[in-house]
Amino acid sequence: MSNYSLKEMMNKPERLAPGHRMCAGCGATIAVRAVLRALHEGDRAVIGNATGCLEVSSYMYPYTAWEDSYIHNAFENAGATLSGVETAYRALKKRGKLPADETFKFITFGGDGGTYDIGFQSLSGAMERGHDLVYVCYDNGAYMNTGIQRSSATPMFADTTTTPVGSQSSGKMQNRKDLASIIADHDVPYAAQTTFTTDFKDIHAKSEKAIYTEGASFLNIMAPCPRGWRYETSDIMKICKLAVETCYWPLFEVDHGKWSLSYEPKKKLPIEDFLREQGRFRHLFKSGNEDLIAQFQAEVDRRWDDLLYKCNRYK
Amino acid sequence: MQTCADNVCCVLPYARILVYRYVMPAFPITPSTEIPQMVSNYIANGEINTEFIPVESEHSSMSAAIGAEAAGARSLTATSSAGLALMWEELLLAASNRMPLVLALVNRTLSGPININCDHSDSMGARDTGWIQIYAENNQEAYDNFIQAYPIAENPAVHLPVMICQDGFITSHAVENIELLEDKEVKDFVGEYEPKEYLLNPGKPIAVGPYSATHYAMEAKKNQEIALENAKDVILKAAEDFARLSGRKYGLFEEYRMEDADYAMLIIGSAAGTAKQAVDELRGKGMKAGLIKLRVFRPFPAKELAEALRSVKALAIMDRCESYNGNGGPLGSEVTAGLYRNKVMIETVNYIYGLAGRDFTVEDACGVFAQLEDAALNGKEIEQYQYIGLRK
Repeated sequence: MSNYSLKEMMNKPERLAPGHRMCAGCGATIAVRAVLRALHEGDRAVIGNATGCLEVSSYMYPYTAWEDSYIHNAFENAGATLSGVETAYRALKKRGKLPADETFKFITFGGDGGTYDIGFQSLSGAMERGHDLVYVCYDNGAYMNTGIQRSSATPMFADTTTTPVGSQSSGKMQNRKDLASIIADHDVPYAAQTTFTTDFKDIHAKSEKAIYTEGASFLNIMAPCPRGWRYETSDIMKICKLAVETCYWPLFEVDHGKWSLSYEPKKKLPIEDFLREQGRFRHLFKSGNEDLIAQFQAEVDRRWDDLLYKCNRYK
Repeated sequence: MQTCADNVCCVLPYARILVYRYVMPAFPITPSTEIPQMVSNYIANGEINTEFIPVESEHSSMSAAIGAEAAGARSLTATSSAGLALMWEELLLAASNRMPLVLALVNRTLSGPININCDHSDSMGARDTGWIQIYAENNQEAYDNFIQAYPIAENPAVHLPVMICQDGFITSHAVENIELLEDKEVKDFVGEYEPKEYLLNPGKPIAVGPYSATHYAMEAKKNQEIALENAKDVILKAAEDFARLSGRKYGLFEEYRMEDADYAMLIIGSAAGTAKQAVDELRGKGMKAGLIKLRVFRPFPAKELAEALRSVKALAIMDRCESYNGNGGPLGSEVTAGLYRNKVMIETVNYIYGLAGRDFTVEDACGVFAQLEDAALNGKEIEQYQYIGLRK
């Protein structure tokens, strides 16, 4: 990618039309539009989608918001479904049933429920087999479509409807699964973690790389959910910035086995700055719960150190 | 004319037909394992150019088959037993998304206890998933059914997936002579696949698998049901065309010595061969015995069966499957309902036989006919729902 210009990018024709029924302030559609902007002009795409908010709100019969061909199959099989589509593409090309100058790219979207949990096996299989496709997880850290239940992507202590905060509970007991690293360890050509930055350059560059790297690629995009995280819809960019600046959500990529940091905060902000903005962590700020925040901070630090080590940046 | 006689008879014909399929995702499971193995061998030696996807589960094999079919490539898969059970959700989606794909099912019992042998609990469990189901007595029929599956599934009035069922081990691993068609004959019969709408149609994008609110979903389901009803005529038309090509005739079911039969047995799959032997023996002794072998279970030919059975005195309905409903096997329930609705009030007895590979012998079949005769001639009360060959 050269000469990235946000203004130019924003003027590209949208491939996800307005009129879908996603919430105001939802990260999922921002993620989708950012990824699809990275498709080169003239290239066609088939979009896959696991069941979830994005699917039920963007393709409600008889309307679809998708400008490209689109397939939703079920919740747990977006990886396998797109494997079939991508294989069909190769089969049709081989038999001369598609014009030689037609290029299709294959991108599938799933929430963390469809990706980290119920669709994990299907995703792992598709990655291991090396289909030429991109799996994009829009990670909002819980099963938001069914009403904010915990997932393995939910951070520790988050208040969800299946890990409710109560007199005997401080929210979720476990740390979140580090899926980007797990997929990177499948030895795929390209895996990256990103979110929304002010200029959208990081997500754009990674999307373009993922789409145009031959073989299976994976993008993990933190995509906040105002309903589940309980923030003001207009604050989404602030939340994303704090996630990055606190090192809660580091931006990194693994390109053909080489780990690299995409951004290193000059001064790592304390995790409170990220947590304080969200209703799901409100209980952590009650007096007597300081140790919980300390525990959260220790986990963020441990993972950040681990990432620095993998990226050969350990001091 | 080519013939084939070895223990991969079940597999070889499938693989040959694959020449005309583009994509095959599959996950191995006994006793259908040899199908993906043979396909892989053919590909490895450059004999076919099918794309094989070695998926990580049967759920994914059906998912990928749906993806490939939606994308515009003919696709198929193969499985048995638990593999079919794992596909359950996707079977429903293949049918409701109107994907004309084909599944080679080698029937095996469902767990538990885990057992690798034949009964029909896998396909019978999937009887209401919206698939067309066609059963075979032997390898010749499995091969012939498989070829006919394409024009049936892809017919615009149908556009539904087809499950070709044959009995695990009993026929799938049997050594039998079968007649193969020439590749070109199969190719001409099956024809080129020219879907009207598909994901990879340049400049004509489509969307597959919508969310549908209440005000449209019911019509979608009714349309699917109409398509399944349409399949009956299309299946008969395909059989007619196939008969012209091969000389082998097929219908919704086969009637064996039924012209003047007083006592009839209705049965599915390989056990029909055994039962025909019993019919011949009993005919030799003067009993007017006959047999109907059901070929097409979905769509269910209730009316046609009722007509064929109108003049018999008693009917044995043979289920190679327990359906745990307290009211008999799946075939028993469907047939008795069909007879009643068509006002054919004959004696029926529903027998459960051959579960998990238990032998079904000519003597067993003769015993069934003897019971029917006893009921009809001597007015003996016969248990309406009983097992054959249980340990005492």
